[in-house]
Amino acid sequence: MNAVETHNIVKTFGDIHALDDVSIEFEEGIVYGLLGPNGAGKTTLIRVLTTLLKPDSGSASVAGVDVVNDPVGARHKIGLAGQFAAVDEYQTGRENVEMVGRLYNLGKAEARSRAADVLERINLADSADRQVKTYSGGMRRRLDLATTMVGKPDVLFLDEPTTGVDLASRLSLWDLIEELVEGGTTLLLTTQYLEEADRLADRIAVIDHGKLIAEGTPDELKGKLGGDVVEIHVRDEDKFNALESLTRIAAEDPKVEGNSLSILAPDGSRTLTAVVRELDSAAIEPMDIALRKPTLDDVFLTLTGHKAVDENQRVVARSRRRGGS
Amino acid sequence: MHTATITKRNVLRFIRIPQLLLFSTVQPVMFLLLFNFVFGGAITTGTPAGSDQYINWLIPGILVQSAAFGATATAMGLTEDLTTGVIDRFRSLPMARSAVLTGRTLADLVRNTFVFSLMLAVGYLMGWRFEQGFWKMAVGFGVALLFGYSFSWVMAAVGLAVKTPEAAQSAGFLPIFPLVFASSIFVPTSSMPDWLQTFAEVQPVTIVANTVRSLMVPEEALGFLGLDQGTLILQSLAWIVVIIAVFAPLSVRQYKKAVG
Repeated sequence: MNAVETHNIVKTFGDIHALDDVSIEFEEGIVYGLLGPNGAGKTTLIRVLTTLLKPDSGSASVAGVDVVNDPVGARHKIGLAGQFAAVDEYQTGRENVEMVGRLYNLGKAEARSRAADVLERINLADSADRQVKTYSGGMRRRLDLATTMVGKPDVLFLDEPTTGVDLASRLSLWDLIEELVEGGTTLLLTTQYLEEADRLADRIAVIDHGKLIAEGTPDELKGKLGGDVVEIHVRDEDKFNALESLTRIAAEDPKVEGNSLSILAPDGSRTLTAVVRELDSAAIEPMDIALRKPTLDDVFLTLTGHKAVDENQRVVARSRRRGGS
Repeated sequence: MHTATITKRNVLRFIRIPQLLLFSTVQPVMFLLLFNFVFGGAITTGTPAGSDQYINWLIPGILVQSAAFGATATAMGLTEDLTTGVIDRFRSLPMARSAVLTGRTLADLVRNTFVFSLMLAVGYLMGWRFEQGFWKMAVGFGVALLFGYSFSWVMAAVGLAVKTPEAAQSAGFLPIFPLVFASSIFVPTSSMPDWLQTFAEVQPVTIVANTVRSLMVPEEALGFLGLDQGTLILQSLAWIVVIIAVFAPLSVRQYKKAVG
């Protein structure tokens, strides 16, 4: 039995095709990553799969239960942590987890003991009896995660679990998520960060404007990109020559974006060194040169020929990636 | 059982959120003090001498008033839960759908029980007495509670129809102000101009306030004030049933619409 199956899901809001014929399926016990920029449809798909939204057409099932026709049955099998931690500020961490446990139909004693277990696992046992309003952002996310675990769901849905979270918290959240999955929970997580999908997911589906545009293991996906990228920033007058130099080194045409040129770097730092030497011998002094890991934009440029987000949204996306709020 | 969990959660919020606690307790007491000491001396209630202290007129009314004002917290609380993703979280759980709304209106009932008791205690210190014995007073208490409960459903519908907690508060107070002030809570309706009197005499807040009053003032005063206990109790119950019958299904419909 597949953990999650969707067939031809369509969901429109007025003129917007939030989900356009989306079909995915995956088996139990894996982490499935749904990768895409803001507005791609990730949250909409999660809402359909967690019975919060009914699709216009198509079918979906979670742990063998049809989410459209048997939403109540489906809810027993799922756990959802949305983009914004939905924890109650004025209750303690423990009270929050116990409350959700009761809503999963656990008896009082069982809710209490499971809550204690779960709080221990996410390292909040010490702060469990403080009100959530005293918690940091990272702690809130962890608590949110804890509340999804108390019901021992078959399939866990995490919608952008680390967006807007600072780097240290992000790393510890990743550790936590990996631990979770070790226990055998199936996980569908959505993200804008290729790095996150790469680290956590066994398989990734890339979604853009409501359509699935690629699917595969992280390696397969990165294989399409050829790995890391060397990116240089040059002055206007050097652009033409720099382009020539890069074309000599790279297997494919360099990508150009304003004064920024980039080529795939399959050999990592060797490619970087080659670029430096080539520019040097051409007497070009770049304003900036870097070897960087592929980002969502690179994925999208390769798959769709356009960037993941338009220029206006880039600034917001960048500051988010740096861990700003 | 889920309703109990949600009710408990809402009641905890009343206790732990300072603004809510203040609004629920301090504000009604201030109203009591304000009306009794500032306005009370200038109001003639038509009660026969000997038991004509304004406090005796005021207390039954102020129970109804504090229930009405307090109900705006229902509206605000629902809107807030909607906008912060809490309700989404609830909806993805195998939780009874009705628990969200009934949990909120029941929490109001619990809150009102405490607030009423507080008002009666403060009132007693200020000289209020219930002249027809404990059980009649308890019936009055109960009628006021039931009215508060029915009014919570009105406020639930309001809270689900707006987009922010602030809008919920404003929208909530819009009907509450005329209902509370153009009523027999603070003054006898006979003291109002004819056009206002017509409205005041038929609206539910006056009926309920008069009902509670008829169960607390001395029996001799009932004739003077034109209050018939039996009729009033029946009228109050009728209003309560009608309000719930209209606004509970409306709230449920609004809820379904709000969550898409």
